[in-house]
Amino acid sequence: MKKLAKVYLGLVLMFLYVPIFVLIVFSFNTTKSRSVMSGFTFDWYIKLFKNEIIMSSLVNTIIIAVIASIGATILGTAAAIGINNMKKLPKAIVLNITNFPVINPEIVTGVSLMLLFVFFAARMNLEFGFVTLIIAHITFDVPYVILNIMPKFRQMDPFLYEAAQDLGCSPFRAFFKVVLPEIMPGVVSGFLMSFTYSLDDFIISYFTCGASTQTLPITIYSMTRRKVSPEINALSTLIFLVVVIVLILKNVVERHNENKRNVLVKGEVQ
Amino acid sequence: MKTKLVAAPYLLWMVIFILVPLIMVAYFAFTDKNGNFTLDYVSDVAQYTPIFIRSIWLALIATVICLVIAYPLAYILIGMKKSMQSTMLMIVMLPMWMNFLLRTYAWMTLLGNNGLINTLLGFIGLEPYKMLNTEGAVVLGMVYNYIPFMILPIYAVMVKIDKSVLEAAADLGCNSRKTMLRVVFPLSLPGVMSGITMVFVPAISTFIISRMLGGGGNLLIGDLIEMQFLGNAYNINLGAAISLVLMVIVLLMMTIMNQFNADDEVVLM
Amino acid sequence: MKKIPKTAFAAVIFAVICGMLTSCSQTQTDVEEEEEIEIQTLTVEDEEYYSRFRGQGVSINIYNWGEYISDGSEEGTLSVNAEFTKLTDIKVNYTNYATNEEMYAKLKGGGASYDIIIPSDYMISRMIKEGMLAKLNFDNIPNFKYISDTFVNPEYDPQNEYSVPYTWGTVGIIYDTTLIDIPAEEIDWDILWNEDYADRILMFDNPRDAFAIAELRSGYSLNTENKKELEECAELLKEQKKVVQAYVMDEIFDKMGAGEALAAPYYAGDAITLMDEYEDLGFVIPKSGTNMFIDAVCVPVTSKQQEAAEMYINFLCEPDIAYATTTYIGYSTPHDAAYERLDDEIKNDGISYLDDTFLEENTTVFCNLSDEANQKMQDLWTEIKSVQDETRNRWLVPVFLLACVMTSIGIIIRRYIKKKKDVF
Repeated sequence: MKKLAKVYLGLVLMFLYVPIFVLIVFSFNTTKSRSVMSGFTFDWYIKLFKNEIIMSSLVNTIIIAVIASIGATILGTAAAIGINNMKKLPKAIVLNITNFPVINPEIVTGVSLMLLFVFFAARMNLEFGFVTLIIAHITFDVPYVILNIMPKFRQMDPFLYEAAQDLGCSPFRAFFKVVLPEIMPGVVSGFLMSFTYSLDDFIISYFTCGASTQTLPITIYSMTRRKVSPEINALSTLIFLVVVIVLILKNVVERHNENKRNVLVKGEVQ
Repeated sequence: MKTKLVAAPYLLWMVIFILVPLIMVAYFAFTDKNGNFTLDYVSDVAQYTPIFIRSIWLALIATVICLVIAYPLAYILIGMKKSMQSTMLMIVMLPMWMNFLLRTYAWMTLLGNNGLINTLLGFIGLEPYKMLNTEGAVVLGMVYNYIPFMILPIYAVMVKIDKSVLEAAADLGCNSRKTMLRVVFPLSLPGVMSGITMVFVPAISTFIISRMLGGGGNLLIGDLIEMQFLGNAYNINLGAAISLVLMVIVLLMMTIMNQFNADDEVVLM
Repeated sequence: MKKIPKTAFAAVIFAVICGMLTSCSQTQTDVEEEEEIEIQTLTVEDEEYYSRFRGQGVSINIYNWGEYISDGSEEGTLSVNAEFTKLTDIKVNYTNYATNEEMYAKLKGGGASYDIIIPSDYMISRMIKEGMLAKLNFDNIPNFKYISDTFVNPEYDPQNEYSVPYTWGTVGIIYDTTLIDIPAEEIDWDILWNEDYADRILMFDNPRDAFAIAELRSGYSLNTENKKELEECAELLKEQKKVVQAYVMDEIFDKMGAGEALAAPYYAGDAITLMDEYEDLGFVIPKSGTNMFIDAVCVPVTSKQQEAAEMYINFLCEPDIAYATTTYIGYSTPHDAAYERLDDEIKNDGISYLDDTFLEENTTVFCNLSDEANQKMQDLWTEIKSVQDETRNRWLVPVFLLACVMTSIGIIIRRYIKKKKDVF
């Protein structure tokens, strides 16, 4: 039984990883062929770094992801606090609408935002580009922030905030000293989730991008629709490397924190 | 308490950027080019019933395959040691962090008539087998791209199952198969349900996978919508009508699925 | 910790071995020939003219076909956009589209403001008619003098107020000469319906070019607006679906190059680029005639940088740049000075520059169709790409929508009642 489990795991991992490794292997190919290896070269990586369109869209993607995720985190945290204090019915309504971009097919969200921006563009001289992309990204990011924070309120002792005020804190101070630390884990994970979603989003950006600003996924898409260059393989390899490094770092940090916590707990017990 | 007011900016945002756009989709779906009310476009969607049926069918197959692959995987995962589990989960989820266009592109290189798989088949002396530009390739692309959405919720639910419940079942005379069927499976159902919706919704509305792996002859709903807005058949009203129908189908499905889900929390990744 | 990564490890090793296997046992196909590389340089007549936007941080948005500009990716060639920025200090945002219709949708949808677009003939007259193009100030485009007289005042822009020709060419069939055993002069459009080549045929992924092929095959005018004729052509295209591997545009480079497909209709210029790279490929203009197209540079009426855009157009008409463009992308040039500099080999390749009588007799230029005909064609195209369904019920979807809404409401009410009960 155990053996069977291992074979199964191996097969699934193979299914998941073989395509990626094939991309990586062929990023070092001297010719453009995607089935025949004819030599080893780093040329495609050099070309990739010289490709201005790819590099500028990479910069765009990062800028948009940073701005949108920070904006979404601020907006979403404030919203979560407010929603938490609402009465039952309005709370349910707001949360249901908030859920909408999460459950709705992405293409419908993209199309609906495009229609809205077209409407604005015609009347208010709004240009598709940076602004529309950021608005669109914030719109699909905020729900994730809110949905990450709401459960933290449920876990929190509702009297803590009042107690802090009784002990002489101003409401403002009580919020920063008591409430914020409690919901912080939710804020952080909401922020990280928005950031990764923004980095990776294609469909919504595709419908809301303009003439001057392209994000990396859109550039990748237009690359796959033209004469395909192994630069795309080189790009995949680099993205894969970055992902591996980030995830390993994340794991190491988490382990470290866990150990620390364990040590602390033990110390308290003693 | 006045803290309700902090939600005001978001509420404004929500109305302008979530509600109004949806209303605009409905508006365009029910009006013609001059802004007069008409049912023509919504009725015209019936013309594309075969596309809807095909999309639903392919998305269903992909969902079932995802479930069949992911369920045993999650079960194997929770059987591992704790430290092992998180590492393994990371390894399984890692491909998901790659951009999905690149992952789909990878399959393009593998499946072609002169692609790697057919080249390897050629060594064994087999004829090249047509894989790219078929419905099978589209389903494969869906499974490959969306399987993490199935693994995660199932794993998240299974990992919470109390070990003592399983022991109790064993004490009461269940063998491992019976425990699996009578105890683990019912308890993991909420995870399965949210996994199904999380795979089905993106699968039914994709337009990239069918374009890259399906050869443009296997249109799905997503392609049809994209074609009306940014593609070769510019017709915003028809596009809005199709979007509306797609939205209704998905929402209906979610409502039905929610019936199986005891608590209303959306399982996030 | 040690055991499981082994399986992952095995997967890695498998992938690597796959790569190695194929690398060892196949012979190298593309041995690069030592060829003398011509280094292209740029000199412009009037540097003064190009300096007027220096230091102002101006940028222009260019929307061009994919693979339709010299981007310097081959050794010795000029990168047009980079040279332009160097010369004028105007930043260039460069994006691509794959078909005229895609470009039209993006512009018509509003929002995106482009400064340069390069539509084809019929699309230009359509956009002129709909007021989407700006009138150019030809004082800013002195290099227009190089454009050959044949291309001045074309049918699609009779007064030549809106457009400056960029390239021209014809449509033909690119095919694999080793696997299609038919003499070139016998190849006609019906080869794209030939069941012997089932699943190895590619087809245009845009309605106008695809319908043109069906029209040529059935002997109708390329500019027909007759509904019945269009419907017949749609039937032909639906029938063709059985043998078509994929509907593509520039993906053709990849698919024909890699030997995925045997035959595909495409533009002559791209055929030349492909044939340079892959010897086995051939190109033929079928005897039953074909479409001749002219792509011209235009400025959308929404442009906010029209003068800078005109500077870019003028730059494209610099002899050095026009020469670099035509040699790089392989399309025929309407630019006299660039044409003069071409090798005789290219001038007489029998594809790029055909004599006037041949063009007159065998080719037709697309005209803009009436709105109804355009709409009809688009609807038919969507229908071709989906599977046709004859018995359609007009009330099916509205009724279905209503049913869905009712069910959801029902479910919500049921739950609400249930919850109420639970409370008590």
